[in-house]
Amino acid sequence: MKKKQFTQILGFSLLRTCACAVILVLAVILYDIASKGAVVINWKFLTTMPADGMTKGGILPAIIGTFLVTVITAILAIPLGMGCAIYLNEYAKDGLITRFIRMAIRNLSGVPSIVYGLFGVILFVQLMNIGTCILAAGFTLGLMTLPWTITASEEALKNVPNSYREGSLALGATKWQTIKTNVLPYAVSGMLTGTILGLSRAAGETAPILFTGAAFYLPHLPKSLFDQFMALPYHLYIMSTQHHSISKVRPIAYGTALVLIALVFTMNLFAVILRYKLRKVKME
Amino acid sequence: MNKAATFLIAFTLMFLGVSACMAAENMVEIKGSDTLINVVQKLAETYMKGHPDAGISVTGGGSGTGIAALVNRRCDIANASRGIKSKEVEDANKKGIDPKRVVVAIDGLSIVTNTQNPIDKLTMDDIGKIYRGDVKNWKDLGGNDTPVNLYGRQSNSGTYDFMKEVVMKGEYSPNMKSMNGNAQIVEAVKQDPGGIGYVGVGYVKDAAGINVLKVAANPGLGYFSPLNSMDVKTGNYPITRPLNQYLNGTPKGAVKDFIVFELSAEGQKIVEDEGFFAVPREYQRYNNDLLGISDNLDSSTTKYSVEGRDGA
Amino acid sequence: MAKHDNFREKLIHGLFFFNGLLVVIVLVGIFILLIVKSAPVFKVVPLKDFLFKATWNPTATFVAPSYGMGSMLVSTLMVSIGALIIAIPLGIGTAAYLSDIASPRVREIAKPVIEILAGIPSVVIGFLGIVLVGPMISRIFKLSNGLNALNGSILLAVMALPTIISLTEDALKSVPSSFKEASLALGATHWQTIVKVKIPAAISGIVAACMLGMGRAIGETMTVLMATGCSIAMPKSFLSSVQTITSTIAIELGEVPYDTTHYYALFAIGLVLFVITFIINMVSDIVLRKYQKVVK
Repeated sequence: MKKKQFTQILGFSLLRTCACAVILVLAVILYDIASKGAVVINWKFLTTMPADGMTKGGILPAIIGTFLVTVITAILAIPLGMGCAIYLNEYAKDGLITRFIRMAIRNLSGVPSIVYGLFGVILFVQLMNIGTCILAAGFTLGLMTLPWTITASEEALKNVPNSYREGSLALGATKWQTIKTNVLPYAVSGMLTGTILGLSRAAGETAPILFTGAAFYLPHLPKSLFDQFMALPYHLYIMSTQHHSISKVRPIAYGTALVLIALVFTMNLFAVILRYKLRKVKME
Repeated sequence: MNKAATFLIAFTLMFLGVSACMAAENMVEIKGSDTLINVVQKLAETYMKGHPDAGISVTGGGSGTGIAALVNRRCDIANASRGIKSKEVEDANKKGIDPKRVVVAIDGLSIVTNTQNPIDKLTMDDIGKIYRGDVKNWKDLGGNDTPVNLYGRQSNSGTYDFMKEVVMKGEYSPNMKSMNGNAQIVEAVKQDPGGIGYVGVGYVKDAAGINVLKVAANPGLGYFSPLNSMDVKTGNYPITRPLNQYLNGTPKGAVKDFIVFELSAEGQKIVEDEGFFAVPREYQRYNNDLLGISDNLDSSTTKYSVEGRDGA
Repeated sequence: MAKHDNFREKLIHGLFFFNGLLVVIVLVGIFILLIVKSAPVFKVVPLKDFLFKATWNPTATFVAPSYGMGSMLVSTLMVSIGALIIAIPLGIGTAAYLSDIASPRVREIAKPVIEILAGIPSVVIGFLGIVLVGPMISRIFKLSNGLNALNGSILLAVMALPTIISLTEDALKSVPSSFKEASLALGATHWQTIVKVKIPAAISGIVAACMLGMGRAIGETMTVLMATGCSIAMPKSFLSSVQTITSTIAIELGEVPYDTTHYYALFAIGLVLFVITFIINMVSDIVLRKYQKVVK
């Protein structure tokens, strides 16, 4: 009897330690980046161009570049992702094709980001000949984000009660009319929540943009979607490995890391708040 | 929600529209060598201060990347810390590109070791042996009993190629750690008592916290340091190389203007400030021929001999 | 009027169908592209040699270029398995804690913590490998340089943990409460119930979670590129510097002239990587499917 209790106490402590270890890891990561990055962050850092061989100045072009690329990612991933989810949830019947589609989605989410990069180089940069630019990088990231948007959108569609659909159809509306007026409006917020999470992941990716458009140094902000761009994750990479004086710019690297994490964190927070608001609305 | 989406879409369409009009942007695209990237970026920055409507973008990736981009018409200038290879020239000609070379700086490729390493000079032969993996411990060369830790660049780097062709005359030991940039090599060797690395001289001009070895072409000749500009310019230091920029055909317009700036007194001062060496007479003449500038240099008898790959 | 509507409906149906098919097209497209762009290399190098020979030196000039990905394969597997050795016990332990022992308040804190951890970009983790983990490793093991397989494994473990934790927690939660109640009724302690009843019942879900975590680790690029030291020799231990498949592609793709053997070889190692992650995903899928059948 005593032994059993003793083993339980030991076992529980072990599990508790595991959980604490995980939380500790996150704490260490955030502390290191926040403490060493915060010293560099000020309004100037966020709004000026890099200067003096990128040893001074700010990271504005990287912030803008990441923003632009993420917008293009969204333009590709949102409509195509929602469309696929609508098909799967509203139209598709259980069959071989549907199983194939679902299998494809699961596998696409497991494809390494560098393989998406390879694909993007061949398809967008070379075959479609748009060169290395914001569009090419955005499209590549868009493909990578598709599985996320589809999964999130499907969840949102599933949450719309069937009675909404049945009621509309009973009144004589066509399938598409039903979807447009009785399903989509209620699912859109949920779709966007998942999409934003996917976009936040895309904003932090480096491998797909390595060869599709990211640049070491650009003197102006990109003036067109066919221009190359600087991006936060790529900037962090070059500041910590390729730059002339990596120890001198270490603080800038930390600052970039902090801005990147803050961006990803903010997008996640936005999605969570959206999800919370959505749940509140549903309950009323 | 809908409002935000509409706004976003409208904004992007506007951007697309504006960008379509501005697609003919006169941006000079420079890609390539990491050895050159910082000095060219500095040159570009200074140039644009004086010419506000010029636009120059600089990307790295290695000499191989730059030349590949030039051949595939994705850049205007390819930075290269080595000469173009015959296979690359073939590819270029096949695709209708006529690669022309400009020499923008001279580099004394420096061999660096940790301050705890008592050895302060080596022959080219020794360096070759070390990097081929034939020497595994510093004591074999009269140093401490520490294993040798090799640091080098990645295969897309011109410095990697140059080192291999000229100094090692053999393949790299697979145990070499390939770093992404010159600065990373310096950082690593600073912390590693058994470390050795090769970097462009521009990265060790301060030589703080690191040993820059003196090198002799042969044990009979003298040992010279790359930090001594006279020795580099006269060719005494055996591991010197021209730092090149490759272009498609004779440069014109914005590209030519920038290159003229790079080779001007102001530009060459920036080159020296960044730790490299200015282009000597012989190369100046060659550059001017390419650019179609008459040169008013006196035919001085300073013979400049550069050992190393020279763009064949 | 009805006919017109009907046609429109069919059109819209068709559009959505095509949209759905797009995903399959993309996946198949990636596969075909990799095969087409890598096939030429096998005319030069037989498949067995390509996979298992240890020397990768495509830019060799003093000897014949060699295209052997053996060391790369071993390096990739080493860092991934190393990551799993760290992440699986930690992950299952944390998941068990969260699903069974933690109070709801702790669970409220833990959920966002894990989500935040999952959201940290790989380049930031790689950066920490250089500035934080590397110096730590070199201090502890008295090495000169902390960029090696161990560094990579630690970082990849951090990246795989969120996947393993959330999926294992889901699996544990799905074990019918009747199992737990029966076990407690028979006199087992809570701990014994977790270890001897719940975890075995959820084992398929847990295995699937670990496999997906492994898939994530194998496919990581930036983290290993920045933190493992990039040495193409066959690794001797976890303290050796290694170069994974993903690092090699990231390093060499930019330089390689199009349509050369080296170019095809890079696509070939990309294909191998794709096949490995594909197989892992399929297997974990099958395991999950079986698991759902058992529970039902």
